[in-house]
Amino acid sequence: MTNWIDISPLDAVPQRGARLVKTAHGCVAIFRTGADEVFALDNACPHKNGPLAEGIVHGNSVTCPLHNWVISLETGLVQGPDEGKVATYPARVEAGRILLDAEFLSQRAVA
Amino acid sequence: MTQKLIVIGAGMASGRVLEHLLEAKADYDITLYNAEARGNYNRIMLSPVLSGEKTYEDIVTHDADWYETNGVTCHFGTHITGIDKVAKTVTSKNGTEHYDKLLIATGSAPFIIPVQGKDLSGVITYRDLDDTNAMIAASEKGGKAVVIGGGLLGLEAAAGLAERGMDVTVLHLMGHLMERQLDEAAGYLLRRDLEKRGITVKCHASTKAILGEDKVEGVLLEGDEVLEADIVVMAVGIRPETRLATGAHLTVARGVEVNAQMETSDPDILAVGECVELNGQLFGLVAPLYDQAKVVAKTLMGEPDVFTPKELSTKLKVTGCDLFSAGDFAEGEGREDIVFRDPARGVYRRLVLEDGCIIGAVMYGDTADSNWFFGLIRDKTDVSEMRETLIFGPAYQGGGASDPLLAVAALPRDAEICGCNGICKGQIEDAIAVGATDLGAIKAMTKASASCGTCTGLVEQVLAVTLGDAFVMPAAASICACTEMTHEDVRRMIKSQELKSMPAVWQACGWKTSCGCHVCRPALNFYLLADWPLDYTDDPQSRFINERKHANIQKDGTFSVVPRMWGGITTPDELRAIADAADKYMVPTVKVTGGQRIDLLGVKGEDLPAIWKDLNDAGMVSGHAYSKGLRTVKTCVGTDHCRFGTQDSTGLGIKLEKTLWGSWTPHKLKLGVSGCPRNCAEATCKDIGIICVDSGYQISIGGAAGMDVKETELLIQVATEDEAMEVIKAVTQSYRENAKYLDRIYKWMNKVGLDWIKDQIADLENRAALAARFEVSQSVFRNDPWAEHVTKAETYQPIANLTLEAAE
Ligand SMILES: Cc1cc2nc3c(=O)[nH]c(=O)nc-3n(C[C@H](O)[C@H](O)[C@H](O)COP(=O)(O)OP(=O)(O)OC[C@H]3O[C@@H](n4cnc5c(N)ncnc54)[C@H](O)[C@@H]3O)c2cc1C
Ligand code: SF4
Ligand code: SF4
Ligand code: FES
Repeated sequence: MTNWIDISPLDAVPQRGARLVKTAHGCVAIFRTGADEVFALDNACPHKNGPLAEGIVHGNSVTCPLHNWVISLETGLVQGPDEGKVATYPARVEAGRILLDAEFLSQRAVA
Repeated sequence: MTQKLIVIGAGMASGRVLEHLLEAKADYDITLYNAEARGNYNRIMLSPVLSGEKTYEDIVTHDADWYETNGVTCHFGTHITGIDKVAKTVTSKNGTEHYDKLLIATGSAPFIIPVQGKDLSGVITYRDLDDTNAMIAASEKGGKAVVIGGGLLGLEAAAGLAERGMDVTVLHLMGHLMERQLDEAAGYLLRRDLEKRGITVKCHASTKAILGEDKVEGVLLEGDEVLEADIVVMAVGIRPETRLATGAHLTVARGVEVNAQMETSDPDILAVGECVELNGQLFGLVAPLYDQAKVVAKTLMGEPDVFTPKELSTKLKVTGCDLFSAGDFAEGEGREDIVFRDPARGVYRRLVLEDGCIIGAVMYGDTADSNWFFGLIRDKTDVSEMRETLIFGPAYQGGGASDPLLAVAALPRDAEICGCNGICKGQIEDAIAVGATDLGAIKAMTKASASCGTCTGLVEQVLAVTLGDAFVMPAAASICACTEMTHEDVRRMIKSQELKSMPAVWQACGWKTSCGCHVCRPALNFYLLADWPLDYTDDPQSRFINERKHANIQKDGTFSVVPRMWGGITTPDELRAIADAADKYMVPTVKVTGGQRIDLLGVKGEDLPAIWKDLNDAGMVSGHAYSKGLRTVKTCVGTDHCRFGTQDSTGLGIKLEKTLWGSWTPHKLKLGVSGCPRNCAEATCKDIGIICVDSGYQISIGGAAGMDVKETELLIQVATEDEAMEVIKAVTQSYRENAKYLDRIYKWMNKVGLDWIKDQIADLENRAALAARFEVSQSVFRNDPWAEHVTKAETYQPIANLTLEAAE
C-alpha cells in the first residue's frame, strides 16, 4: 500500500512551472503542467546536472535551462537525439494538494 | 511673349501651383503678394509647433531664398486691397500693378462668433504662425485656457496648450466632439482620451460673452456659468476669404466660384484652395487643394485638365488620439452598420454599408487598417462577399485564418500588400501576368517587399494564389515544430487579429502542441508584450530562467547578480553596499563586466531575494544583465573631465539608461556613448552607439562584439540631445515592433536594410510616433523587477523540506 505524504497546495507551484522539495539526498523537482498534472523528478539533468526545475515546461516535458535538452516528465527519458534518463517518483494531486509517495524517500536513500 | 502672373496669397495651395509652374518652366513672370510677413509653410504642421514637437523652421516649405532662386518677385506682409478686372490691375500699399493672369489663393479666415468681448486682448484665433506664436507666448505664463470649438482645430489647439502646461477647457456646442467627422461612440472615446491628459471638455456649451476689462478674464456660458480664462482660443470654423473677389464683382457664393479648370467668372482670373467653391462644395483640407494646384498650373499653360473632388478622410494630429473618419456615417434607411468594440483597449470601429458598398467608416484607437477601408469607400468596392469578416480588416479576409492562402485569395485587388512602398495586390498580380514568377522578380518590378521585408510572406502567398501549382512556395523556416508559421506570419496575425494572449495565438494560428515549447513561447511572450504593452500580462513561465529569476544562471545552478550603475557611474556608498552584500551572501567572485558594471557571481538561488533587498535598500536596482532588453549604456568621461570631450557623454548615457531601462527587446540591447571620436566607450561596436562631436551627435547602429564582431553603421547625425534621445527611442521601438525574436539589431538591419531604418527615422512624424509608442510601453516596463520579486521571496524557497523524514 502506498503511503502518500502531503507536500503542499497545488497552487504553490505555478502552471508550467516547478518547485523544489528538499530531501536528505538532494533536491527533487515537482513539476506542474498546463493541464494541472504533477510529476516528481530528480532535479539534475543527465547531461551536466542542470537544475531542471528552472527549465521551461511545455506539454509533459521540460527543457533544461543549461543546454536545452528536453526531458519527458512522465518517463524521465531524454527526448530526441540525446540520450539519458532522470529518476522519477510517483506524485499525484488530490483535493488541491500535491501528494508524494513516501516510498520515494527510501528509494532516494538507496540511490 | 512672357506673360505676367500675379498670385495673391502664399499658402499651401499657391505653393504647389508655383512648384508645378516652375517645374514645367512655364513662360510667366511671377509676382507674389502675401498678407503674412513670410513665405509658404506647411500650415497643417502648426499644431506640432504649438505642442512643441516641431519648430517653425521645421515646417517652412519655401523660404525667401527659394523664391529668389526661382525668380519669383515677393511682397511679404503686403495685403492686396483691390482688384480691377477691367484694367487688369491689383492694388496694395505699394501701388497698383498690372497682370495678364491673376491667381487668387487667399485661403480662409477664421470665423469669430459675434459675442460681447470678442475683441479683447487674449482672444486668439487659430490660423497662422502669428496665432500659434501668440498661444505659445500666452502659455508661458501658465494659467487657464478656454478653447471654443471642439472640432479638429480646437482640439489640436487644446492638446497643444495642455502640452505646454496650461489648464485647458474645451467648449463645444454639440453633444459630442468632432461631430462632423465622428459618431457619438468615437466622440466619447476621444473625449475620454483628452480628459486623461487633463483637458476638461464641456459639450452642449454655448458661449454668451467673453468677460474682461481690457484683457480676457473669463467666459460666460448660456446658463450663466462663468469659467475663468487667461486666454480664449476661438476655433469655431472658417469661411472662405472672398472679400477681394466680391469687391472685383467676380461670382461668389460661399466661396469664389470656379469651373473644373479653376477659372473664376473672369477667365483671366483663377482661384485655388480654401477660398474657392466648385458646384456648391468647399474644400477645407490639403489633399484636394493639391489636386486643384495641378489643374491650375495646366490651365495657365493652356493644357486641358479637370479637377474632380474625391472622397476625403480625416485624422486628428494629437499624439495618442488615434482616430480616422471618412465618408458618410449617418444612420439612414437602407443603411446598415457593422460595429466592433474593444472596451478595454478603447478601440472602436464602425462601417456604414449601403447597397453592398462601404460608404462611411469611423475608427478610434486602432486605425491601422484605415487606408484599406478608405480604398474600399473611394472605389465603391462591393464588399458583400466579405461582410462577415470585413470589420477585422484586410488580414482577415476569407475567414480561413489558419489557411493564409485562402485569406490572401479573398483580398481585393487594391488591398495593400507592401506598406513601405504602397504596393497593392493588383500591382503584384499585374507583374505576375507579365512574367514575374518569383519573389526576386516581384521585388525588382514592383518594389513590393524590397524595403522592410515584413510583407515577404504575403507577396509569396499572392504568387502562390495567382500561379497555382506553377509556384513552389519556398519553405520558410517556421518558428519551431509547434507551428508551420514563420515569425513574420505570427507577428502579422497578432496585430491583425488582435491576438492578446498566448492561448489566442495558439488557437488562431493552429499550434500543434497544447502549450508551445521552449522555443516559441519566449518569442510569443515578447511579441505580445511588444504589441500590446498595456493589455498583455507577461508570462514568467515562458521566459528563460535568467529572465524568470532576474539573474544569470551559472554552470553549477548558482546565479550572478548585477546591480544597475546608471551610465557606469557609482558612489563610495554603493560600492560599500555591494561589498557588504558580497560578504553577507558569501559571494565567491566579484568581477567588473565588459559593460562597466559589477557582477556578483555564485549567489545561491534561495538567497536572491535577500541580496536584492539589501541592494535595493542601498538605492540600487536590477541591472537587467540577464534580459533580452536594455543591458548597459557604456560611457566615457566626456566634458566633465576629459580634455577632448565635446559633449556630456556620461550625462547622456545616464539619461539614455534611465529612459530605456526595463524595456524588452527582441534580443539584448547595449549602448555606448563616447564624448569624441577617440571613442573611449567603444560605442561603435554596440547595438546603438553615439559619438558626440562638436556639431552634435552621431548615432550609429548595428554593432556587435559577440559571436559576430561588427562595426556600427551611421544612422543619422543630429544637433541636439533631445533629438538624439528621440531617434534612439524611435529606432528601439522600430526594432521592437519589427524584428524577429532573438535577432540582434545587426541581424535585423541585414534583413530590412539600413536605408529602410533611415527612412523610418528621417520621416519626422513617423519618428515621433515611434518614440511616443516607445514611451507608452515604457510606462509599464520601466520598473525594478527585484523590488517586485522581493515580495514573493517564498517562491524562491523549496516548497517542502523532507530532510527530517529521511533521517528517521
Ligand atoms: C492649425 C491648422 C491645422 C490644420 N490641419 C490640417 C490637417 O491636418 N490636414 C489638412 O488637410 N488640412 C489641415 N488644415 C487646413 C489647411 O491648412 C488648409 O486647408 C490649407 O492651408 C489651405 O490652403 P490655401 O492655400 O487655400 O490657404 P492658406 O494656406 O491659408 O494660405 C492663404 C494665404 O493667403 C494670404 N492672404 C489672404 N488674403 C490676402 C490678401 N488680401 N493679400 C495677400 N495675401 C492674402 C494669407 O495670409 C495666407 O498666407 C489645418 C489648418 C490649420 C490652420
Ligand atoms: S571618447 Fe573622447 S571625450 Fe570620451 S574619454 Fe575618450 S577622448 Fe575623452
Ligand atoms: S565568452 Fe563564453 S565562456 Fe565567457 S562568459 Fe561568455 S559564454 Fe561564458
Ligand atoms: S545540463 Fe541539462 S542540457 Fe546540459
